[in-house]
Amino acid sequence: MSALTPGYFSPGNSFIDFLRREAPEQLGFDSAASHISSTGLTGGAGAVPGGQVAPQATTIVALTYRDGVIMAGDRRATIGQQIASREIEKVFPADAYTAVGLAGVAGLAIQLVRLYQLELEHYEKIEGAPLSLQGKANRLAAILRSQLDLALRGLAVVPLLAGWDTSPDRTGPRGRVFSYDVTGGSYEERHFTATGSGAVFAKGSLKKLYRPAGSARGAIRAALTALNDAADDDTGTGGVDRERAIYPVVAKIDARGYSRIADAELAKL
Amino acid sequence: MTYPLYVPQEQIIKDRADFARRGAHRGRPAVVVSAADGVLLAARNASRALHKLSEIYDKVAFAGVGKWSEFEALRVAGIRYADLRGYAYDRVDVSARGLAGAYAQTVAAAFTGDPKPLEVEVAVCQVGSDQVSDAVFHISFDGTVSDELPWAVLGGAPVEAHQVLAEGWRSGLSLAEAGQLVRRALAEPIRAEAAFEVALLRRHQLGRAFQRLPELP
Repeated sequence: MSALTPGYFSPGNSFIDFLRREAPEQLGFDSAASHISSTGLTGGAGAVPGGQVAPQATTIVALTYRDGVIMAGDRRATIGQQIASREIEKVFPADAYTAVGLAGVAGLAIQLVRLYQLELEHYEKIEGAPLSLQGKANRLAAILRSQLDLALRGLAVVPLLAGWDTSPDRTGPRGRVFSYDVTGGSYEERHFTATGSGAVFAKGSLKKLYRPAGSARGAIRAALTALNDAADDDTGTGGVDRERAIYPVVAKIDARGYSRIADAELAKL
Repeated sequence: MTYPLYVPQEQIIKDRADFARRGAHRGRPAVVVSAADGVLLAARNASRALHKLSEIYDKVAFAGVGKWSEFEALRVAGIRYADLRGYAYDRVDVSARGLAGAYAQTVAAAFTGDPKPLEVEVAVCQVGSDQVSDAVFHISFDGTVSDELPWAVLGGAPVEAHQVLAEGWRSGLSLAEAGQLVRRALAEPIRAEAAFEVALLRRHQLGRAFQRLPELP
């Protein structure tokens, strides 16, 4: 057992910055990028070259309602034309008041979620108070920007962030949704948004179904319908699979924080 | 011809120990006690912003007394140590024992090698599935680690506090009883009593077990 090195005592409250300094091999972004370029997987497979080798995860929707936000993600992951998994989960709690959902390369997405969860927890422990919701959204943008090199090589991850704004000074609605692009652009959405290969169809569906002051039940129903519509037209998206009893992951974030809606409840909708 | 002044090794160590002890014990004390409902941490602390107690990881917490800037640096390093370990392996692989060892090495190295030893005393504790598996590590200013007792006393008048705890502690102590015991151990008969900073590592809690309590139970 060795003493803590000077790097452990330098200033800063970001876990990712600490990793980059002290244990870059654990971060993996940069090494993954160089590995892929050296083995030549970057070309040849169209818009998403990584899609031929690594599982891709696909449609996430998020929408606000009267008392909070709903985020839902389908359960399908694909490798090229094949289904890699019917039960993958793409919507996660980032912390007690925030949900993050990811479309893109599954392996990188899951690592990004772990890092992001830890980044928020690390900040909260060091500072003694959680980041503001806007701060969380900006932090996610910065992480994406640091992965731009990977995204340009075809291994893109595009998240959605939904959260409950606990700031006492907040005057607008507290349930807020942020969408992103691969370059780290962060955009706050007023009502609803979607990401992933089926996003176009899901957005079209939500456009008709969205009610700004609707109930949680109505919002969940709209989210499920949007995912079903996306699954109808996009091979990468799985809808509600009643036969196998596989339901999308549906998260609700309101004043009480993050909660996942049970499958039994989704079955009744 | 002049010779460098000879100072025996014992004298150097003793001087450094006296210096570090005085610094570490100048402030108000803190106590960590294992109880039935979890591990209770309490400190006399007049400040509400500068904490002496902190969450480190799911089941691991920290208490420090002495020079705030020094134990704060140790606290932050501990969070980094735990988060890195949990990220590289798994959340269940983070333990108080590993961190106590790293702290001991760090404090001991500063005690002998640095221009000035650290004027701190810290404790690292971990809540287990039952009271037998709780761990309380005490790391003193020279890097000495001890974990024989189900409690730790940091700073203040340790002899009296130890006596109170030795007489009052038993296995299966309820949270309220542990609070009473801590109140007696941290009594300040001479100077005006400062408020308590209190935290609990709650037993059987899924995920992060650390929570701050508004007052002693």
